[in-house]
Amino acid sequence: MKRVVITGIGIYSSIGQNVEEVRHSLYYGKSGIVLDEIRKEWGFRSSLSGYVPKPELKELLSRRQRIGLAEQGEYAYMSTMEALKQAKIDEEVLAKEEVGIIFGNDSSAKSSIEAFDQLRIKRDTTLIGSGSVFQSMNSTVTMNLSTIFKLKGINFTVSAACASGSHAIGLGYLMIKTGMQEKIICGGAQEINFYAMGSFDGLSTFSIRENEPTKASRPFDKGRDGLIPSGGAATVILESYESAIKRGAPILGEIIGYGFSSNGDHISHPSVSGCTRSLEMAMEQANVKASDIEYINAHATSTIAGDLSEGKAILDVFGDSKPYVSSTKSMTGHEMWMAGASEIVYSLLMMHNDFIAPNINLENPEEELKGLNFAYQAVEKKFDTFLSNSFGFGGTNSSLIIRKI
Amino acid sequence: MVTTKDEIIDTINGFLVEEFEVNAEEIHPEASLSKTLQLDSLDYVDLVVEIENNFGFKVKPEDFQGIHTFLDFYEYIIHKVENK
Repeated sequence: MKRVVITGIGIYSSIGQNVEEVRHSLYYGKSGIVLDEIRKEWGFRSSLSGYVPKPELKELLSRRQRIGLAEQGEYAYMSTMEALKQAKIDEEVLAKEEVGIIFGNDSSAKSSIEAFDQLRIKRDTTLIGSGSVFQSMNSTVTMNLSTIFKLKGINFTVSAACASGSHAIGLGYLMIKTGMQEKIICGGAQEINFYAMGSFDGLSTFSIRENEPTKASRPFDKGRDGLIPSGGAATVILESYESAIKRGAPILGEIIGYGFSSNGDHISHPSVSGCTRSLEMAMEQANVKASDIEYINAHATSTIAGDLSEGKAILDVFGDSKPYVSSTKSMTGHEMWMAGASEIVYSLLMMHNDFIAPNINLENPEEELKGLNFAYQAVEKKFDTFLSNSFGFGGTNSSLIIRKI
Repeated sequence: MVTTKDEIIDTINGFLVEEFEVNAEEIHPEASLSKTLQLDSLDYVDLVVEIENNFGFKVKPEDFQGIHTFLDFYEYIIHKVENK
């Protein structure tokens, strides 16, 4: 079995549009949450949202390359360009070597809705235009980026709700570990527009603390009242250790464990046992003890039930060793399909800059979770090993463990 | 409303420059439409969209089979506009 390392990261999110901006935001606890007023006009309970600016791609990509990119694909192009640069993968490497792509994405609502709106008016499918079909499929990110970067390796999308990005990295890890691929562009992407959020808003899952947008996302806090949808894209370049050494690429960390499970229960209710099985599987595969994990980037989205359930699972396994715990969703909101990948990027930035990012807005933790070692403010700390959890609708769970080498 | 032949040609050149990102200097009546615009099969769908947006009538992608130069394209559109 091969060792799997990370040789590049890129990020385009509500707390920064590149690694350096995001590092700064994480350290200083900057929130990316705003009000998206149009949601009220459309009958949303909440207009709270992460905000991500539209990238300007006209100078970077041809018309044909741009025309099939949905919003989340544009974000993913930006994060992937940044990650490839850090990994020293240029056009020559892409042309000579077999590089694959696996991204997490689980919707492309805006493109689909706009296409059908056009059809309602024009009554002619040709007048929808040529880009729509490539924007509106779930695999829009991988089908476009594989074409733009001329990739020749594995090429598919993982749709696993809010664990999509984490599973994408997990599957990439397995492919490299078993020797099937040497380099894979992994990541997650999430559209942020209101078309994509209406039916989710309707479940009363979103925070309605609209008078204080930056305080609305408060994972683990007693005063939390729901999650805030957000988006963007994150890219993590996975590579075999041998390939990275041979190329002289930077090694940002080694993936040592990937665990997963399915709750086998309710479609939206969380489960302590499902979460525990996922993180224990990752630990077993990584061959680490609870005391070896120094930081946990929690999935915690700021929902009443979900945070409590995950907190209990973390207490069950890490109650004695007490690693630092924080949810970066307190700053970013819930980046859903992207979150499992972005939170690997966030945690790697912390690990390489010797700090734990704060779980902002955590003022009064849940009574039952007071045994957890929360990072209330940024904590100056060198650490070598972290765990990141991601959970999604349908009870899909994913856990990744990464170690500095 | 576009009426004269010159106005029609200006309109066509306008959307080719704007939507297909071709340099205006590269547009000559005798030049190859597909080579100059680097059209692939998908791009003809977008030409149909632009014609409908700018002139208000629908054409079929297969109508472009006999169109080779910009001049062919202009004459095809002018004929369609005049016979609307």
